[in-house]
Amino acid sequence: MIASLSLILLCQLAGEALVRGIGVPVPGPVIGLMLLLLLLLLRDRFAVLARGPLRGESGESGGVESTSRGLLAHLSLLFVPAGVGVVQKLDLIVDHGAAFLGVLAISVLVTLVVTVATFIVASRLMTREEERP
Amino acid sequence: MSGDPFSLWVYLSQSPLLWLTVTLLVYAVADAISIETHRHPLANPVLHSMWIIGAFLKLTNTSYTTYFGGAQFVHFLLGPATVALAVPLYENRKVVASAILPMLVALAAGSVTAVASVVLLAEAVGLPREVVLSMAPKSVTAGVAMGISESLHADPSLTAVAVILTGIMGAITVTPLMNRMGIMDYRARGFAVGIAAHGIGTARAFQVDAVAGVFAGIAMSLNALVTSLLVPLAVTLLLR
Repeated sequence: MIASLSLILLCQLAGEALVRGIGVPVPGPVIGLMLLLLLLLLRDRFAVLARGPLRGESGESGGVESTSRGLLAHLSLLFVPAGVGVVQKLDLIVDHGAAFLGVLAISVLVTLVVTVATFIVASRLMTREEERP
Repeated sequence: MSGDPFSLWVYLSQSPLLWLTVTLLVYAVADAISIETHRHPLANPVLHSMWIIGAFLKLTNTSYTTYFGGAQFVHFLLGPATVALAVPLYENRKVVASAILPMLVALAAGSVTAVASVVLLAEAVGLPREVVLSMAPKSVTAGVAMGISESLHADPSLTAVAVILTGIMGAITVTPLMNRMGIMDYRARGFAVGIAAHGIGTARAFQVDAVAGVFAGIAMSLNALVTSLLVPLAVTLLLR
């Protein structure tokens, strides 16, 4: 588990270093995500990599897969400290009141509907395209 | 120490141990209630943990800085958890690869809608310009959103408030909204909540369905990328 956690941190660290080095407007952990994905894909291709935290599901538990699942099982918990910060800043919301909350709520609903509708329509058009002889 | 309960409190309330314990304990209870109610949207564990802890800090007159001394250990794990999204993404790579095209189209439509709708609505109800700018990046993950807000000379702490509230609202509304619309495609449902409500929406998606969680994670990551390029552009176009 320690080795797996180190691998995850290493990917994040490399991501942060890349982001700072090149100055791209992407969060470091997102680059870290891509690096870890790349490693997992490379492991399937080159057996040499399939050791330690990358040894795969067939090995004992504690590989990077089970450690990641453990981290993600309680993703909600990780937002609590930032959320408490918001409760402390309620005066900022009170200043602008209902308009602030209303605008956010409507925008969230509109975004959800537009995104899901676009996804469904695009996905149906694609399958229809494939079914055509 | 002579067993004086006040001096014991003064000592403990300054230690990270107390606040880390409070964070985990309150979350554990909120999560147990959420499971007990079969993950009812209104029993959202983030929402209830944050107001309970917030009220407790207010009652005990504890500053956020003191609280964060303990809570930072939890907060820190947000980065590694984002990296960990690679694993469900890898495990569902076939489902993901077959949906690349719908994802890209929905990403374009969703990111534009998220930014344009909030800017136009906020302008329409007459919110001050600085507030409008602070709200513009509200659909991306807090760290990125605050960076965007700073580059616009807006108020990053107001942006953080808008981001968290957006996440909570998205996490609460997504399940009833999608059920009412009759959408049972968990790829689409997850992707939509990832675009609209970033990590808090993604956490909700993982509670409902593993595939929904994967698509929400992808949407959140891609949206962070697109929005940081889009907001400066949208602001120049929409606010003249």
